[in-house]
Amino acid sequence: MSETVVQQPSFFQTKKGLFSWIFTLDHKRIGILYLYSIGLFFLVAAGLGILMRLELLNPGRDLIEAQTYNQVFTLHGVIMIFLFIIPSVPAVFGNFFLPIMLGTDDVAFPRLNLFSWWLYILGALFALSTLVFGDGPADTGWTFYAPYSVKTGTNVTTSVLAAFILGFSSILTGLNFIVTIHRLRTPGMGFNQMPLFAWALYATSWIQLLATPVIGITLLMIVAERVFGIGLFDPSIGGDPILYQHLFWIYSHPAVYIMALPAMGIVSEIIPTFAQRTIFGYKAIAYSSMAIAFVGYFVWGHHMFTSGMSGPAAIVFSIMTFFVAIPTAVKVFNWVATLYKGSIDIQVPLLFALAFIFNFLIGGLTGLVLGALAADVHVHDTYFVVGHFHYVMFGGAGFAFFGALHYWFPKMWGRMYNKKVANTAFALLFIGFNTTYFPMLILGLKGMPRRYYDYLPEFHDLNILSTFGSWILVTGIIVMVINLFAGGLKGKNASSNPWNGITLEWQTQSPPPLHNFDKMPELPEGGPYNYPNAKNADH
Amino acid sequence: MADSHIFVLPNSGHNFDAKASKMGMWLFLFTELLLFGGLFLVYMIYRFLNQDAFLLASFELNVWMGTINTIVLLTSSMTIAMAITALQKGNAKLAITLSWLTILAALGFLVIKYFEWSSKFEHGLFPGMDHFDGLPLGERLYFYLYFFMTGLHALHVIVGGVFIAVVIRLIKKGKVTKERYSLLENSGLYWHLVDLIWIYLFPLFYLIH
Repeated sequence: MSETVVQQPSFFQTKKGLFSWIFTLDHKRIGILYLYSIGLFFLVAAGLGILMRLELLNPGRDLIEAQTYNQVFTLHGVIMIFLFIIPSVPAVFGNFFLPIMLGTDDVAFPRLNLFSWWLYILGALFALSTLVFGDGPADTGWTFYAPYSVKTGTNVTTSVLAAFILGFSSILTGLNFIVTIHRLRTPGMGFNQMPLFAWALYATSWIQLLATPVIGITLLMIVAERVFGIGLFDPSIGGDPILYQHLFWIYSHPAVYIMALPAMGIVSEIIPTFAQRTIFGYKAIAYSSMAIAFVGYFVWGHHMFTSGMSGPAAIVFSIMTFFVAIPTAVKVFNWVATLYKGSIDIQVPLLFALAFIFNFLIGGLTGLVLGALAADVHVHDTYFVVGHFHYVMFGGAGFAFFGALHYWFPKMWGRMYNKKVANTAFALLFIGFNTTYFPMLILGLKGMPRRYYDYLPEFHDLNILSTFGSWILVTGIIVMVINLFAGGLKGKNASSNPWNGITLEWQTQSPPPLHNFDKMPELPEGGPYNYPNAKNADH
Repeated sequence: MADSHIFVLPNSGHNFDAKASKMGMWLFLFTELLLFGGLFLVYMIYRFLNQDAFLLASFELNVWMGTINTIVLLTSSMTIAMAITALQKGNAKLAITLSWLTILAALGFLVIKYFEWSSKFEHGLFPGMDHFDGLPLGERLYFYLYFFMTGLHALHVIVGGVFIAVVIRLIKKGKVTKERYSLLENSGLYWHLVDLIWIYLFPLFYLIH
């Protein structure tokens, strides 16, 4: 690469040594710390998922006992939800790119940011310590439903405390991002000139801030009930278990949008870059994020249609659930309209973004089936639910995470991965994912209940197919991880703007210097995605 | 790193920004309100379902002690507010004295709380004790909530006191000053929150008859 200016040392080079990393205040290094820790936990939990699929290859006991199976699916859920998917995009890419995209050099509270990572690690240690200490990992499912979570002999207290600490970490990250967006935008960048990723993080941060405390207090009540006998949920000593479900879902349904909104933000970045075209309906996409965040607060009851709820309440929750589909569909139509007549360059990140739309469409539409009162009673607690949320969480948020990794990889490491291998990994992931989870939707409709290590013989064929798919899926993950590591270590040097993007992160060198910019970043005229005015970057 | 000619953005995240720090504190206070909000919700539902039992159980509390504690906390809110004004006017010494008074009030509150709780223990009014387990369901719910909510509030009193103590140290070191008083202001905001929550706990548990 011929650079006219002398390259400044990148943020990797400014300081060396372990302590320069784990006590860093640099948002980019904290993002990378999150990436490695989150990536590690993802692989652990994916391993647990593979184990479950292996157990389900045949009816009856193959590998693990019923009790072990219960603990495995609980740990899989706890790690995937609290340690991977909730922090994934905001903590990794939000930390790394939000300040750069806003044209500043750090988040508003750098020390608090480091503290959030430490809390994250503490929470992770709590969650994993249940494997070694006490009476084994919780066997309640990641929802910790009372009264079972109060009565089981397994180590629920530690798992619940882990979720509490991780929630605190999530709150502080959200708080940091909100203040950063309000106070640190580059001069001239109003809210409506912000990249859509920043908008998505803004909406997400408000959910993190306003919903997480509710689960915090609920989980503390579980701890108090187990430790001091403060029986707020156990009916045998006074409490009401349905109340627990309400409090749990008041947080945990909005939390679904903590997982989905940042992923949508990433898709909104990738699509205009690879279509080289102004995003269609900037404001509609930006405000629909806020609308999803807002409406998402009022739909929690759809998790409890079969738990006992008055008819009118159920109808209201059902209607509100259908309302969420509107802003979501607004986004999907806008993405597709952006692609229309664009000069599309099919690269790996775009493939992931398109796969996101495909998977999320299936996930979203099956969500409507679950939100409809009559249909929900039929498929509640079956594999249909498992299939649905894996389509939304893994096929949606997970694929967007992988897409972001491939999109920003050259910016983060200054190197390019092998694109052919990346395409292969994508194909394996996409095929493997759909082969694993689509059969689950059919199994659910046929009536196979979830959370059992065993099933009736008539479900055998589709379970074999699903387990077979999980092998393709895991091969895809392995190929992708190896390819990215190889690219980071030995890949060809990438230019500062390999995709010809025009948001601010492409104006600085790759990897960025410690202070992000060595001159004032220039805002593109006419909005953050106004491609016709953008100069062509050097390829 | 140490290059003097290095370009620094005007909107740097490492600048001192009083507005940002205050905004961050207010956002954090929202989360605290929601944390207790969950409990107030649970209280509301259980009170609605067990009105008579809640009334009966509330006679066990000592209204006088609760009243004294309310006065103590309100006074401490005043002293911390005065401390902030004192620092803004440049009188660091007075600010420190007033902050100490606030901490003293916090300790006083906790001592009174200690006596209240231990008298409950003496009467066997704690989950697991014989007398308690013999109570009707609604009264037990009342005491579950009483211990949980006042206990969590007491924890917040401790955190608030430690926060103010840290700020006192920083004033002495000259890190919190007339020009950079955000941290003292934030500790005051937090303290007002602790006060505010008590203002709701007091009538809910002691006064509704």
